[in-house]
Amino acid sequence: MTYIPTSPNERDAMLKTVGVKSLDDLFDAIPKKHRFPELDLPPALTEMEAASLLSEMAGTNENVREHMISFLGAGAYNHYVPAVVDHMLRRGEFYTAYTPYQPEISQGTLQAIFEYQSLMTNLTGMEVSNASHYDGATATAEAVNLAFAQFRGKRKKIVMSPTVHPQYREVIRTYSQGMGLEEAGDDVSVNPEVGPEALMSLVDESTMLVVVQYPDFFGRIHDYTKLIEDAHAKGALVCIVANPTALLMLKTPADMGADIVVGEAQPFGIPLWYGGPYLGFFTTKKSYVHKMAGRLIGETVDNRGQRSYVLTLTAREQHIKRERATSNICTNQGLLALAAAVYMSALGKTGLQQVANLCYQKAHYAANELDKIDGFELCFAEPFFHEFVLCCPKPASEVNEYLLEHGIFGGYDLSKDYPSLNNHLLVAVTEMNSKQEIDTLVEVLKEMSHE
Amino acid sequence: MNSTSTSLSAKIIEPTVFELSSPGRIGVTMPASDVPETALPPKNLLRSELPLPELAEVDVVRHYMRLSKFNYSVDDGFYPLGSCTMKYNPKINEDTCRYTGFLYTHPLQPVETVQGNLVLMYELQEWLKEISGFAGMTLQPAAGAHGEFTGVLMMAAYHKSRKDTKRTKMLIPDAAHGTNPASAGMLGMSVVTIPSDERGNVDLKALAAACDDTVVGMMLTNPNTLGMFDEHIEEVVALVHKCGGLMYGDGANLNALLGIVRPGDLGFDVMHINLHKTFSVPHGGGGPGSGPVGVSERLVDFLPSPLVGIIEEADGDTAPLYGFVTPKQSIGRMKAFHGHFGGGLVRAYTYISMHGPDGLKAISQYAVLNANYLQARLRSTYKIPYDRICMHEFVAEGSFEGSDVRALDIAKRLMDYNFHPPTNYFPLIVHEALMIEPTETENKDTLDRFADALIKIAEEAKSQPELLHDAPHITPFGRMDEVKAARELVLCCWLPENYETLK
Repeated sequence: MTYIPTSPNERDAMLKTVGVKSLDDLFDAIPKKHRFPELDLPPALTEMEAASLLSEMAGTNENVREHMISFLGAGAYNHYVPAVVDHMLRRGEFYTAYTPYQPEISQGTLQAIFEYQSLMTNLTGMEVSNASHYDGATATAEAVNLAFAQFRGKRKKIVMSPTVHPQYREVIRTYSQGMGLEEAGDDVSVNPEVGPEALMSLVDESTMLVVVQYPDFFGRIHDYTKLIEDAHAKGALVCIVANPTALLMLKTPADMGADIVVGEAQPFGIPLWYGGPYLGFFTTKKSYVHKMAGRLIGETVDNRGQRSYVLTLTAREQHIKRERATSNICTNQGLLALAAAVYMSALGKTGLQQVANLCYQKAHYAANELDKIDGFELCFAEPFFHEFVLCCPKPASEVNEYLLEHGIFGGYDLSKDYPSLNNHLLVAVTEMNSKQEIDTLVEVLKEMSHE
Repeated sequence: MNSTSTSLSAKIIEPTVFELSSPGRIGVTMPASDVPETALPPKNLLRSELPLPELAEVDVVRHYMRLSKFNYSVDDGFYPLGSCTMKYNPKINEDTCRYTGFLYTHPLQPVETVQGNLVLMYELQEWLKEISGFAGMTLQPAAGAHGEFTGVLMMAAYHKSRKDTKRTKMLIPDAAHGTNPASAGMLGMSVVTIPSDERGNVDLKALAAACDDTVVGMMLTNPNTLGMFDEHIEEVVALVHKCGGLMYGDGANLNALLGIVRPGDLGFDVMHINLHKTFSVPHGGGGPGSGPVGVSERLVDFLPSPLVGIIEEADGDTAPLYGFVTPKQSIGRMKAFHGHFGGGLVRAYTYISMHGPDGLKAISQYAVLNANYLQARLRSTYKIPYDRICMHEFVAEGSFEGSDVRALDIAKRLMDYNFHPPTNYFPLIVHEALMIEPTETENKDTLDRFADALIKIAEEAKSQPELLHDAPHITPFGRMDEVKAARELVLCCWLPENYETLK
């Protein structure tokens, strides 16, 4: 199958205009001994055959809609996506356009992203949102870049809570390899009972950034107001990694005084898709806008007096600043920022509040019921939103294996990242989990504990 | 900060979702709770208000439909944006990437339950290695620039592992895309710019002079942003390798090379591949992209973790078990989870499976034919500063002697002829550059209409220059005041101040 529309006659006419005899003659500049390698690839399929092959591969997976009951979260959440979201995403005008460099013929993308920016600032309470990053982890790493640029490299210490998503911390370590940073707080062997105030002893005059998560990786809701006040007293910036669904209900990070609020917006209209592509959001105060990486859309007027939108502050970016740019980013997650905007608009204030409330209610019902089972208990007493840690009577890996045999993904095994938390499952519950599913989980675990 | 609009007098063509909102209007609703009620957290942990829009579903659909019509896209017409490879995006990709089994798999579920995803990723890794000639491949990077950063991190890690710590210089040709120096800058390397010679190749003398034992490597786009395949590529690679440097290939222009030559065979050590350019993943109005990175044998151990690998070999009738493996000296993780699986990898896999070796070669042959055909048709009207057989794109000068018309005016005027303009003002080494990449998915009629339009515009530039200065005329929006946008910085909007009392 091919998407080349040129007929043999047209090809010959074009070759003649170019002044060569054959297609292969166009490639004389290529070293002869390496020219035209035989590629060892399977022969071409037709569309019908490819559709069948891919369908078969997809069918091999156990998915969380048709086969499995799932309580997996840990940074990727199974939420309902209203039909309207994908219908808008499937408009070729949106998904087959490039980055909106030519604003006269890109107002659709530009206004949609401007609205996305506005929705995210209203959600987080912050003043500015960029047009998005690759995912929550890289958005968090960009917060480190912002802080580094803000202090011009004069402060080099970053204090990271061990209850920031382990993969996010890992990405920060990868990203900052060239900065010579000093990292503190990122000690997964510390007692998880210790609250965020313990971090303060690590914050000093050389600290550029404190990174905490809200709710934290264990699902707990902390009010970071005091921590932020204290960090500010030492001159450090504070970044909160937030779950957007939780923000629909909880005190905003802006109200706590956060300087940067980032996170993973996958819960807003983006399917699980085995981990990507997702949508990193990045919001901050207006005073840091010039240090912020990523695309930014601003309002203006055109020469006909019409309100319109353009990419702005592009002088920060790599194509102008080259090696002096804060970041090398050229794209955002355009289409997925559109997904989040349509999701938020279609559910609206009421629908979004319903989603948050359902997550909260169902998670608490599940926690309550699980806590009653012999040998099982909730690990932490702090308030939580839709995710919590369950202490099990045996290693979490064994519990998960037992649940898997009963068609259930039990939760995330925390021992993978926290060696001391061997019997600990991170359980996520969303509006997609019915009472019946939760009851099934409880029943199966009861059976297990009696065996 | 609450200046809702700087442009109060401006005419509103399409209101924002905040302006369309009405108190109490209901959109998509959720089911009632089926569990006993739990009290909410204490009030001091709750937000006081949620200032988000309220719309009905029909309002939402019409709003985004109207917005979509303000966009020009590949589905609308010819989009010859140089170095962006705006080829047609096959519709089947949009279906396969949404198959239930792909859409609803969680990134942390046990590998035994996602063998379909893992086989797809493993085979795609193998295919991309075969196409590019590399020994190893990571699918993790989220975009081209992300892949570049990954590559540069591996180059640094390689030298560090050999205790070769003097190396701090990255060599980058003057024609390079801005991401190349920015990626090197992110690791604190200094950038040495290498000039191009009069045929658009790397200037070998300048390169030789810059090569010493402080060189990390060279970042080269080949074919470069002039659309030229470097005629001395083997000498370039040899010079860099001889001084102990590594060769980075920017894969932005891979659409010219499928089945034509493999960068790995030419001696490149590392290269990112833009699945959203070469392998038909749609650009999405600026992402998500997908930027796998291939490496030569000596960098395999430094690849990001995790990679997809076989964790239990096949045994008799049992298929192998695919899972995740960590390279020995990995630079670490580049993003959460496993890369742009659904949006990037499934589409690219679908596309490659439908082409096979001959189909892939045809893509590059016709991409190059189309570019050369346009170049031949425009040669007598527009100055082509580097005029030889080009690869998949070429650069013309968008200015004429004795005229004040600029490349920007030509670009804007093309919109009136229903074409997306070429990339302009890039590469920086060409005066008033117009960088034209037609791709293989356009027919001769389209190319002829585009060439005719550009020739007509060249005439207009002489006879009615104001027609170009004021262009575009027939688009829904005219030229924007970009200075105002940067000066006033209105970056978001809110519900009107008196919202609750409205209506």
